[in-house]
Amino acid sequence: MKRKLICIVCPKGCEISVEYDETTKEVLNMTGHACRRGEEYARAECIAPKRTLTTTVRIKGGGLLPVRTDKPIPRELMFECMKVINRAEAPKDAKIGDVIIPNILGTGSNIIASANA
Amino acid sequence: MSDITASKRALVIIGAGPAGMSAAVAAYDHGIRDILIIERDNAPGGILRQCIHNGFGLHTFKEELTGPEFAYRFEEQVRERGIEIKLNTMVLDITPDRMVTAINEKEGVFTIEAGAIILAMGCRERSKGALNIPGTRPAGVFTAGTAQKYVNMQGYMPGKEVVILGSGDIGLIMARRMTLEGAVVKAVCEIMPYSNGLTRNIEQCLNDFNIPPLLSHTVVKLHGRERLTGVTIAEVDAQRRPIESTKKFIQCDTLLLSVGLIPENELSKSADVVLDRMTGGAEVDEFRQTSTEGIFACGNVLHVHDLADFAADEGAIAGRAVVDYLTGNLKQQKRIRVLTDGRVRYTVPQYITSGKDVTLYYRVSNIFRNATVGIYEGERKLLERRKIKLAPGEMETITLPASLIASIVGDTIRIGLEEDK
Repeated sequence: MKRKLICIVCPKGCEISVEYDETTKEVLNMTGHACRRGEEYARAECIAPKRTLTTTVRIKGGGLLPVRTDKPIPRELMFECMKVINRAEAPKDAKIGDVIIPNILGTGSNIIASANA
Repeated sequence: MSDITASKRALVIIGAGPAGMSAAVAAYDHGIRDILIIERDNAPGGILRQCIHNGFGLHTFKEELTGPEFAYRFEEQVRERGIEIKLNTMVLDITPDRMVTAINEKEGVFTIEAGAIILAMGCRERSKGALNIPGTRPAGVFTAGTAQKYVNMQGYMPGKEVVILGSGDIGLIMARRMTLEGAVVKAVCEIMPYSNGLTRNIEQCLNDFNIPPLLSHTVVKLHGRERLTGVTIAEVDAQRRPIESTKKFIQCDTLLLSVGLIPENELSKSADVVLDRMTGGAEVDEFRQTSTEGIFACGNVLHVHDLADFAADEGAIAGRAVVDYLTGNLKQQKRIRVLTDGRVRYTVPQYITSGKDVTLYYRVSNIFRNATVGIYEGERKLLERRKIKLAPGEMETITLPASLIASIVGDTIRIGLEEDK
């Protein structure tokens, strides 16, 4: 598979072309990157992209609590995680940093409060 | 208001967002104790309260935080120092001699005589009224920030099928946010041939969800009587005029506008503060003092920043300078105006008044690659910096060392940009 992406490591914004094998997760060819960090970014983006998910969860009794993953999760799990979070409720006394949902979908990442309830 | 007895405060800060709170902390840490922050919302934090996405704090705290977490760090610093914040309090008027009139439910209307004032009111969104899109005037047209408040703080979804006009960061962030909450974002139209948002937001908010960024496109008509039923979009030519043959209807129930931010300076005007037409904010010197003595400005009310981190940094500059002002130590020997060549759209500060190193923040008017940014007095080049890429969406800095400032003989210098031949 071939993909073009704009590097976000620095403001230069290199346009990197990557050719990779989706099944073996191997990068076959890469052009356009100007540095090592760009190469690593492009490889991770194609082979195993990860994202921090930020959203809100309902507070028991009313209101919304902003939450986030405490470690990035695989990008393809974002919508599945949203389903879990949208079914959950945070306690009324939740504090910033509290774990609201531990180890979401077995990713090793916790959903934590990013504000006080 | 002469019949009302005014209480006195050394420093009054208007706005408890990142810039205002950072200014308060800096002023306190440099020795001023009598500080009052006035905030019209029911909690400190400013716009960060609704910016639940990550990407804040990398510069200030060397870790990636969400908006509420970033605001909380400053809130804690303010609380630890026992700095007073009046919440739910709206400033109605400030005068050139620093009388601050405000109102809240408990105290009614009251006036404070301030030794110094820091303006930190932030900015507001450019709205549809300022854009004049032809067509009907149905429900379903929101600024991106309003939609952000509905979704993130009040739990309402503005709609199900969304088109976004403008590629400002809030619009991009909302494209992702609404997609995650189940809406379909059909397009992001940007009238310019480049995006105004940060590259990482293009990548992570649009490309991740296969939302097409349509550059050189705009919305030319709204459809629908009571609720928006769709928009007509079109490609634009080099003069930004819609091309008739490219018109296309997109069915949608929601249009979000992310077409720019305007510093909110109504109060500044009442204090005779001179505004810069390019930034929409006050003209300031390197201490962030405005044209009205004792009134300082920082954060998005001064000029719109890319990152909350930079707004907070600017708050700290103003907070420190206010202490020098109040103790009679603000040394201003000259007044050098910084002119721009148009390619460099603006600088902050616009004036240099002391003999210290001064960092100029600037924005360019277009995308430039392989260019040299130079500062000149007449034909004499003071300083130059090579740039691989400059974009209007990315604020840049250049620092003038004290030795060079000392060598300036006249009262104007010029910042300009040359592309490689």
